[in-house]
Amino acid sequence: MPFHYEKDADGVVVVTMDMDGQSANTMNAQFRELMAQTMDRLEAEQGLTGVVIASAKKTFFAGGDLNALLAVETADETYFRYVEENKAFLRRLERLAVPVVAAINGAALGGGYEIALACNRRICVDDPAAVTGVPEVTLGLLPGAGGVVRITALLGLEKALPVLLEGKPHAPARALELGMIDQIVPDRESLIPAAKAWIRANPDAHVQPWDRKGFRYPGGDADAPNVRMTATVAPTLLIRKTRGLSPAPERILDLAVNSMRMGFDSALRAESRAFCKLVVSREAKAAISTFFFGMNALKSGRFRPEGPRWRARSAAVIGAGMMGAGIAYAHAERGLETALRDVSDEAARAGKARAGAIAEARAKKGRLSAAEAEALTARIRPTAQDDFAGADVIVEAVFEDLALKEKVIADTFPLLSEEGIYGTNTSTLPVSILAEACPDPARFIGIHFFSPVEKMQLVELIAGEKTSAETIRKAWDYVRQIGRIPIVVNDSRGFFTSRVFGTYLDEGMALLRDGMAPAAIERAAWKIGMPVGPLQVHDEVSLELTMKVHATHKALDARLGVENGFPADNAATLAVAGPMVEMGRLGRKAGAGFYDYGPEGRRLWPGLAQFAQGPGASMRDAEDRLLWRQAIEALRCLDEGVLRSQVEGDIGSIMAIGFPHHTGGALRFIRGMGPEAFKARADQLADAWGERFRLSERALARLRDDGRAAA
Amino acid sequence: MTEAAYIYDAIRTPRSRGKADGALNEVKPIDLVVTLLREMQARHDLDTARVDDVMLGCVTPVREQGAVLPKIALQKAGWAQNVAGAQVNRFCASGLDTVNTAAAKVASGWEDLVCAGGYESMSRVPMGSDGGPFAEDPETNIRTGFVPQGVGADLIATIEGFDRDAVDAFAMRSQKLAAHARDSGWFDRSVVPVRDENGLVILERDDFIKPDTDMQKLGALKPSFAGPGAMGYDLIALAKYPEVERIEHVHTPGNSSGIVDGASLVMIGNERAGRDLGLTPRGRVVSVALTATEPTIMLTGPGPAAKKALAKAGLGMDDIDLVEINEAFASVALKLQRDLDVPDEKLNVVGGAIAMGHPLGATGGCLVSTMLDELERRRLKRALICMCVGGGMGIATIIERV
Repeated sequence: MPFHYEKDADGVVVVTMDMDGQSANTMNAQFRELMAQTMDRLEAEQGLTGVVIASAKKTFFAGGDLNALLAVETADETYFRYVEENKAFLRRLERLAVPVVAAINGAALGGGYEIALACNRRICVDDPAAVTGVPEVTLGLLPGAGGVVRITALLGLEKALPVLLEGKPHAPARALELGMIDQIVPDRESLIPAAKAWIRANPDAHVQPWDRKGFRYPGGDADAPNVRMTATVAPTLLIRKTRGLSPAPERILDLAVNSMRMGFDSALRAESRAFCKLVVSREAKAAISTFFFGMNALKSGRFRPEGPRWRARSAAVIGAGMMGAGIAYAHAERGLETALRDVSDEAARAGKARAGAIAEARAKKGRLSAAEAEALTARIRPTAQDDFAGADVIVEAVFEDLALKEKVIADTFPLLSEEGIYGTNTSTLPVSILAEACPDPARFIGIHFFSPVEKMQLVELIAGEKTSAETIRKAWDYVRQIGRIPIVVNDSRGFFTSRVFGTYLDEGMALLRDGMAPAAIERAAWKIGMPVGPLQVHDEVSLELTMKVHATHKALDARLGVENGFPADNAATLAVAGPMVEMGRLGRKAGAGFYDYGPEGRRLWPGLAQFAQGPGASMRDAEDRLLWRQAIEALRCLDEGVLRSQVEGDIGSIMAIGFPHHTGGALRFIRGMGPEAFKARADQLADAWGERFRLSERALARLRDDGRAAA
Repeated sequence: MTEAAYIYDAIRTPRSRGKADGALNEVKPIDLVVTLLREMQARHDLDTARVDDVMLGCVTPVREQGAVLPKIALQKAGWAQNVAGAQVNRFCASGLDTVNTAAAKVASGWEDLVCAGGYESMSRVPMGSDGGPFAEDPETNIRTGFVPQGVGADLIATIEGFDRDAVDAFAMRSQKLAAHARDSGWFDRSVVPVRDENGLVILERDDFIKPDTDMQKLGALKPSFAGPGAMGYDLIALAKYPEVERIEHVHTPGNSSGIVDGASLVMIGNERAGRDLGLTPRGRVVSVALTATEPTIMLTGPGPAAKKALAKAGLGMDDIDLVEINEAFASVALKLQRDLDVPDEKLNVVGGAIAMGHPLGATGGCLVSTMLDELERRRLKRALICMCVGGGMGIATIIERV
């Protein structure tokens, strides 16, 4: 019996959820059956004085079955009724004529917390794993089992909105503070006794606040001035973040506000309708596929070569510039002792100071204690000598110059410990070519960190031709060791992320050449959900860097005897960034780039007009061009085998270069609209704007063939 | 048109600061209306039973301004039982809309004598008290891209290149012209003092005008909409105006219409009604127009509405002697001036809402009275009155002296 039903001498029934054949209780067909039986029995129970809902699993209840949610294709009458029936059980539960207590022994997220909400009291064990919350919004959904309506009624609009819109899980102390739970007990054993004690002491506390006559929302009813102000302002604050691209938070906000303007049962129904709408949305499918299934696959090591776990005991970073200092910081943050090497003591110490400044800033924000910050910085040892023999990981992060890197690699590789791995932090140079500079290319790998390292969670690992599976595995473990998320790609110029990012920059400049107003180019990027416009971000990374990378690749072309080895079409880059650099407009650091930087902030440089050669593009074309260029490049990376999986492409595109979050990633974006529709639009863009938008049939076929395997 | 729609009279209360320290704050909204109804009756010894309808504009018709206040005011003012009353809301056009509708009713021949105008006690029922889905329903707010009007006014200024000096200079002009007109007694015919129950004067003349304003004082004021803009409204507006890099927030309380309390009443009828009652027409309504334009920038409707009214009347700008554009914001007036190529000497010749205030629902009626007064004083023929309106609407009315 997967719902244990046990009545004690006082008439209190403890229902212990222990669903068959699954490690956690979830909202599925079995649950419905169990709930139906349980509710029938409870409603018929003679001498019932109270009910305790408990769990025999490690968690309280895990929420909805995401595989089932992914499979829902149409929001028809049948599905609507299904959603309504699910929440009807909870309505029956909270309308029992006896007090009902949720005994929360572990995580109660999503549907789990919604069950708890339908109880008269929520008692939680004092365990950091016993988190409560409604993370549905992060999956493009809303809590559709009464969560939106009940949380709004429980907390009031102003306190409910952050809980609903951020979807964070809250540890017991915080949940108590927020009003999401009512009581904390020290251990699991105390849960049932505490629940029963409360029932004994409060035999009449069986009516939910929202079912009482004269119920007032905490913090003000629908027509209270502060609530009306929140209703007016919250949409704007939301749109500033989502730009209207994420339906889930919009529906949640709308429903929370409007739930206060109608009866409770009407609000529950409206919630079901909104849930149905979201379940079938492209955004929900993308979020569930990428952020749940994809991220789980990635973190669980699906793309890690098999073998024992490896742990680096010491490390060295060569080059104490911004990247090197950031990498050293990332190491130190997770307890990895690191030598920070540069050509001089001053330079090395400056690098350490840079890392120290990051720690200090975090200490100031209260994210580290002063002692932790100090200990962290102490793990970084600045040096101007090759005095780190025996390091398990060496990461060279010197300037993106082939000859310099080759020299550094040759000099320092011999210092590795016997089982150590050597990483080159390059953003575009072929790892296989750099590997030739070292005596054992099997232990050599590209480790591409992103700037600013202390904030960016993704690390792109690049397997050279000779990089061994063992090295990939160790590098993968190293990246996890320092708390980052690895994706593994095969070698190519620019690998995956820099190639795609390069197309974004290039297309921004192409739009400029086509005569699009610079402000409109940046606006188009904002509208599609890119974090920063292509011109502004180019100023940030510096146009000088773009042209230096170009020069490096030219040199490489000459060495290899090829025409243009950098894979992306970069005609616009050469036509715009080249002259800009010659004019001394190198980017933000130089105080002049696409923007002028003055005391009043950033202003687009009027001189950009000189690059315009056409009448401009429509906003729709501009928006699509910025998206399609990136998606097409990602697809090419998949086709050429640079990407080893779609999931890594999706997560990499979002986390490394800010591909719009709501799409679920550059490849999921194509899949979301369907490869045929994507190709049709690509062809239109190619006809109008150039062959760089033309897709190879083979590339598209890959996406079609892979079918559902992508998730 | 089967009948001429004559304007027999147009009166208004003085306007005063629409906050707790304003002179009219102590006056109930209904009593602003009752004051004018009684004055209209007394001034013309009017047989009120001949009035078919009294429609008054109010933009915030809730609480003490709500529940069809005009009908109740008729009872309170002692007008004949058979007179009907209605409350009309078309945002800031409410007052002028009642004038236009009254003219249309008369012109159609279906009614003979109709009163129009409006009322707004902004000090007692603040702007926005009525809520509504545009702002307060999140889904609607998001779908329609809700942006406060001031951000739209700033966007107009940005696009048209009206810098802070230009809008402040326009505000200065409004103050100087309004002060001069008031002090010269040019408003005296139309402005009806508001009295207490003892007959003591509470407010006799407009007291919102600031004749001692100068560019320095105006320049010291903080932009009103920089804050809301930064909160996200700028981004929402710019999504529709992608070529604009940023919105220059130039509007302040000094160069935007004042928040005031006030009411207006306009009597419109056909020739026979006037003859029967011994009324002399002061003017007639020549043509009217309503339109709507892009709702995010919201305030560019006056130009298109004015052109529509001109076309309807078969007139050109040369046929217009005076132009009155409601000074909701300086940029709105400057944009209208540019749209219609209005020479300075014809534009808002006695100042406008920046100086005197904009009692939302009442303003349209106020503008009719100032224009009639000026046409008479200057012995001119035609005036074009236009206003920007929430939701991107525009309204215009052409009147002529008879």
